[in-house]
Amino acid sequence: MDLPDDRRYTAEHEWIDAGDPATVGITAHAADQLGDVVFVALPEVGRTLTAGEAFGEIESTKSVSDLYAPAAGEVVAVNTALEADPGAVNADPYGTGWLVRIRVTEPGPTMDAAGYRALLG
Amino acid sequence: MTAPLRRTALAEAHLALGAALCPFAGWEMPLRYGSDLAEHRAVRTAAGLFDVGHMGQSEISGPDAARALERLVVSRVASLAPGRARYTMLCDADGGVVDDLIVTRRDAETFWLVANAANAAAVSDRLARATAGLDAEHRPLASRALLALQGPRTVDVLLALDPMGAAPVADLRPFGVVAASLAGTPVLASRTGYTGEDGVELACADADAPALWDALLAAGGPLGLLPCGLAARDSLRLEAGLPLHGHELGPDLGPFETGFGRIVQLEDRDELVARDALARRRADGPSRRVVGLVAEGRRGPRRGAALRTPTGAPAGEVTSGAPSPTLGVPIALAAVPASVATAGTALVADVRGAAVPVRIVDLPFVRRG
Repeated sequence: MDLPDDRRYTAEHEWIDAGDPATVGITAHAADQLGDVVFVALPEVGRTLTAGEAFGEIESTKSVSDLYAPAAGEVVAVNTALEADPGAVNADPYGTGWLVRIRVTEPGPTMDAAGYRALLG
Repeated sequence: MTAPLRRTALAEAHLALGAALCPFAGWEMPLRYGSDLAEHRAVRTAAGLFDVGHMGQSEISGPDAARALERLVVSRVASLAPGRARYTMLCDADGGVVDDLIVTRRDAETFWLVANAANAAAVSDRLARATAGLDAEHRPLASRALLALQGPRTVDVLLALDPMGAAPVADLRPFGVVAASLAGTPVLASRTGYTGEDGVELACADADAPALWDALLAAGGPLGLLPCGLAARDSLRLEAGLPLHGHELGPDLGPFETGFGRIVQLEDRDELVARDALARRRADGPSRRVVGLVAEGRRGPRRGAALRTPTGAPAGEVTSGAPSPTLGVPIALAAVPASVATAGTALVADVRGAAVPVRIVDLPFVRRG
């Protein structure tokens, strides 16, 4: 499976890149498990998150899942394009399907691509 | 230790198509092959092909077959003509629904039954008891596959596959059943389905199923036919306002709560075990009714969501809910007090802590064609 090497991954199947601010999304594995995404509930810009905190929800045809902050920091941007096109999460989970951008104050527990690949088994 | 999941005769085909699999009623079934929404739309605009081999097919035969069935099912079946099917419900003595199922008369002494996978054992149990002391035998139909071809282009797909062989199938009236041969494969075809669209269900031997599946997909592909999984099956039946046992049907929700009073025939039904209970429920009128809901906004209630009136009184709960791909709004079925069960009534759903306005609408949400 193609996992970008330029970012890190969480046990909750999310990714966070090394940018400043850092961009956050869900992995292709998570998107596949969810099925067609129909709605993404994202936090307000300016909200402060702690690592591991539930910051939103992602709803597919079949289910709703929480989104968890991969790091502590302030939400500086959210992907408003998902309002009209939630399917971008399925089509391009590592690119146009990004969810939020965080100015990280403290990193959370993450693993590299190899570690995430191992997690998936 | 849990038992391993059962697999239908089409398991390899699903793997070859890259299906995402899921456990369902003890079976490993395709949830989706690609996109739930694309599969759903294919059934509404062209056609979809479903593996429903997990469903409980059985046969009841003998001079007393109809009499045995009429001990259990709410509809008369003695008068069902050969080659005709009927949707009905099988109830216990208290009037609770054990399963909803399709009953087909094959000939004077034989009926074909198709029950929900989850209830196959319960149905078998009731039929074993009903045949006791009668000249009738109930047996599961092992090694029998079932494919559902559904959508407005169903007949086009069948004729593309085999114009000669498919002719008697294409000519079936709704709920008609005929034995036919499609591309050399013997099938039992019924003009039935669970999507609200035109469609057929094709029973064949397990050994023949993979070739029939592949042949249908090959013939129908150019016409827009897609293989479809359980996710699409559920969103389609929800749009069609069709009940699902375990959600809209069960011990407390039956024919009178779900608008199926017309299938309950109680006159001259001395042997129907549920007769007295159903007569009472009919006479009293249902205290709850299953209605359709449309939510305002993007997020709708799912199964289990509590409902209340705008003034805060409890108003039942959602039994099934999902976004409607065809309508583009969240829809749901809900069991609500009969006093509020009128189209147009506004209610409020608790959606994960948020109060979402919903409105009762007439069913179905989506009509075919």
